[in-house]
Amino acid sequence: MQFFFEVLIGGLLSGIMYSLVALGFVLIYKASGVFNFAQGAMVYFAALSLVGCLEKGAPLWLAFILAFVIMTLLGIATEKFVLRKMVNQSPIALFMATIGLAFFIEGLAPMLWGNQVWPLDIGLVDEPIGWILDRYNIVVSSFDLTAAGLAMALVAGLALFFQYTRVGRALRAVADDHQAALSIGIPLQHIWALVWAVAGFVALVAGMLWGSRNGVQYALTFTALKALPVLILGGFTSVPGAIVGGLIIGASEKLAEIYIPPVLTDIFGGNFGGIENWFPYVLALLFLLVRPEGLFGERHIDRV
Amino acid sequence: MFYRETGQFKTSYAADQQIFPIRQDRIGIMLLLVVAFVVVPLVASNYWFNAILIPFLIFSLAALGLNILTGYAGQLSLGSAAFMAVGAYAAYNFQVRVEGMPILASFVLAGLTAAGVGILFGLPSLRIKGFYLAVATLAAQFFIVWCLTKFPYLSNNSSSGVISVPGIEVFGMKFDAPQERYLLVLAIVALLALAAKNMVRSTTGRAWMAVRDMDVAAEVIGIRLMCTKLLAFAVSSFYCGVAGALYAFCYLGSVEPDGFSLDLSFKILFMIIVGGVGSVLGSFLGAAFILLLPIFLDIFLPWLSGVLQLPFDGATVSHIQLMVFGALIMFFLIVEPHGLARLWQIGKEKLRLWPFPH
Amino acid sequence: MARQIGGVILDLKNISLRFGGVKALTDISFDVREHEIRAIIGPNGAGKSSMLNVINGVYRPQEGEIIFRGEHRRDMDTHAAAEAGIARTFQNIALFKGMTVLDNLMAGRNLKMKANFLQHAFWWGPAKREELAHRRKVEEVIDFLDIEHIRKTPVGRLPYGLQKRVELGRALAAEPQILLLDEPMAGMNVEEKQDMCRFILDVNDQLGTTIVLIEHDMGVVMDISDRVVVLDYGKKIGDGVPDEVKSNPEVIAAYLGTQH
Repeated sequence: MQFFFEVLIGGLLSGIMYSLVALGFVLIYKASGVFNFAQGAMVYFAALSLVGCLEKGAPLWLAFILAFVIMTLLGIATEKFVLRKMVNQSPIALFMATIGLAFFIEGLAPMLWGNQVWPLDIGLVDEPIGWILDRYNIVVSSFDLTAAGLAMALVAGLALFFQYTRVGRALRAVADDHQAALSIGIPLQHIWALVWAVAGFVALVAGMLWGSRNGVQYALTFTALKALPVLILGGFTSVPGAIVGGLIIGASEKLAEIYIPPVLTDIFGGNFGGIENWFPYVLALLFLLVRPEGLFGERHIDRV
Repeated sequence: MFYRETGQFKTSYAADQQIFPIRQDRIGIMLLLVVAFVVVPLVASNYWFNAILIPFLIFSLAALGLNILTGYAGQLSLGSAAFMAVGAYAAYNFQVRVEGMPILASFVLAGLTAAGVGILFGLPSLRIKGFYLAVATLAAQFFIVWCLTKFPYLSNNSSSGVISVPGIEVFGMKFDAPQERYLLVLAIVALLALAAKNMVRSTTGRAWMAVRDMDVAAEVIGIRLMCTKLLAFAVSSFYCGVAGALYAFCYLGSVEPDGFSLDLSFKILFMIIVGGVGSVLGSFLGAAFILLLPIFLDIFLPWLSGVLQLPFDGATVSHIQLMVFGALIMFFLIVEPHGLARLWQIGKEKLRLWPFPH
Repeated sequence: MARQIGGVILDLKNISLRFGGVKALTDISFDVREHEIRAIIGPNGAGKSSMLNVINGVYRPQEGEIIFRGEHRRDMDTHAAAEAGIARTFQNIALFKGMTVLDNLMAGRNLKMKANFLQHAFWWGPAKREELAHRRKVEEVIDFLDIEHIRKTPVGRLPYGLQKRVELGRALAAEPQILLLDEPMAGMNVEEKQDMCRFILDVNDQLGTTIVLIEHDMGVVMDISDRVVVLDYGKKIGDGVPDEVKSNPEVIAAYLGTQH
């Protein structure tokens, strides 16, 4: 039973990290209707920029700010050179363009910063939390817990930002209806650039946390693949959906990875590891068959 | 001057509905076929067959499969490589496990197996659309590759799922030499391309495009969404499956599940974006472009580094390749969303008026 | 040939339709007679388009009954409606934008074509024969609507007025029994409206097609329709020949507004 809880808690904590990446998708999708496949590449780019600045001798806070500036520039460039020129194209075309963008960034990042695996130390230690271990005999990583806390704080901060600031209100207006927002004088392009900058910020935090755990490397781009089932489950437009979806996906994939292979081995023989690569997708897919709009997505009525 | 339809009057609807209504086009395609079937086998070298022509044809077929689903029926799929894998492994199993199974029959059965799997993973398309569906096809991508790696039965108990195909024999003739394999692939691809063209210009294709352009209206005129979408998944997967079988049997000879990765799926998607979404010709143009680009960069970049006095190592070259691929995709989507096929069409329209453009 | 209005072909009884808590249609009943032109009018949001959507099965009403050619149904489904010969056009044009005019019209006839995809793939006898036979029929529609010059143009490139005409063509290509037209003249200039009126009257007159139409232009409605049903806030407030409806105080109130 302790082992079960250990797996469950580990899964929930890594689920929050998935939520963090998924949040980047949701932000951009809500504000511009673009499903940004490049979010994973942005996580990689952000983490590499951070490490790159640290390597050049900047202290962590400065490196963080510099990396954020770089991500903002990337966001502005994307808006200016790609998205602005694709107004009026179908959402699917925009999505495919972001696949192109992902490839571009995945090539650009190591060109700028080199492609070796960098360690990243942000002063968090990874060891079991003592009193939980003593009391319940369950291993909970202090690193994971801190990271999850940071992620939650970021999500809460963003929610407040959207709810209570002028810019946040403009963002929500744009998300609701581009043309209506434009007609009351909201500068659409600035808002889009801003959203990409915020998504870059989220990517930076995600990249920093993932990178300091597993090293800053190309594999960070795969975080996008982890976030996609979270989006399906939670709905593309919902911030709470991204969080709840992340928790469900994180917990279920870790549990599936531990408990399903032995069953399969009993039946077929052989080794059945690696279930966590597809399990979230199949789970999300089955869920979609029951509820096509996701957990918190809006039900859509076709008007003709 | 030479490319004119003036004076070519059509006196029947049959004449108007030909694949190539203009005489010069008919002559052109005939010449192309003669060159492909007769001249090329006589003059091309083994390098050309193995490194360029055979993979070009096979990828054209896979791109055509994806184009049927994505370009014509409007269902975006990110899992085409997985359906190729199904085809490759199915063909292998039919060959290894069934005594005396003719290779061509294996290819057809491989296509049918892939079609069955395609229908299975196409079922969600009945309830979900657009991005949701695109992400759902990733389930196929990851799940299928995982199954092929983990279930030893599927690869005849070879370690980590690697399969090595037996030699090819059609009607008692061996197809081992590169130009023989090329001819086999060419014949299959030409036949399937013709079939695809016929489908997309008839009721089947119109139903696909109707569902793509406006599904509610399609339903209202009596098109059954379910049958139409599933048929698109089946036909598309059939094409990808046959392409996968050819990929294993006529191109690589030995494949592993991880070879059919998400990257390969993206590559095929890029082919139809660059070549032309919703165009049979575009599938071929796109495959040629995406296949030749890395070869070109491999030659061009070292030359460039020599000229600029910059040392490019292997890693840098591969990074530049990624960037060029990405930039090209964005470029095409921005500048010419209908791809090379549209440029070709524009070129022909210009040529019709040349040299007196007004 | 004088057209003869026949018996009731479509009878809608006590139709109610809700979207969540919103009542789109409340207890609406009316009938359509064979060969007549039946208009549905009412202010914006009155539920006119919803009514058409109920008739051809895009929406399913929670209550009510649809009797089509003597057959009682709880609701329609789109496929059954199309098979039964109900065709329609949409308020916001719903053509297949990437396809040519010819292909759009051919698609309109898809239910009449029986060859399967394998026969198509190999351009097998029946597939080829069918394609030619139906092309001939479609060309008749193209002739009738005067759109010969654009037959091979992708629909997305056509101006609005022509698109409306092509959409009518797609519906006609199915040789329908009943034609549902949702604001066929919206956004057109006077000349285009006249053309469209002529097409509608010709279809009704020459082919005997029953027509149910939604239109805002009262002049047109009163001129061409045989009977008019008036909706307001999802309820029926008037029904009858144009002159009756024009003098109905409730209808006048709905259109001009009254003091409550």
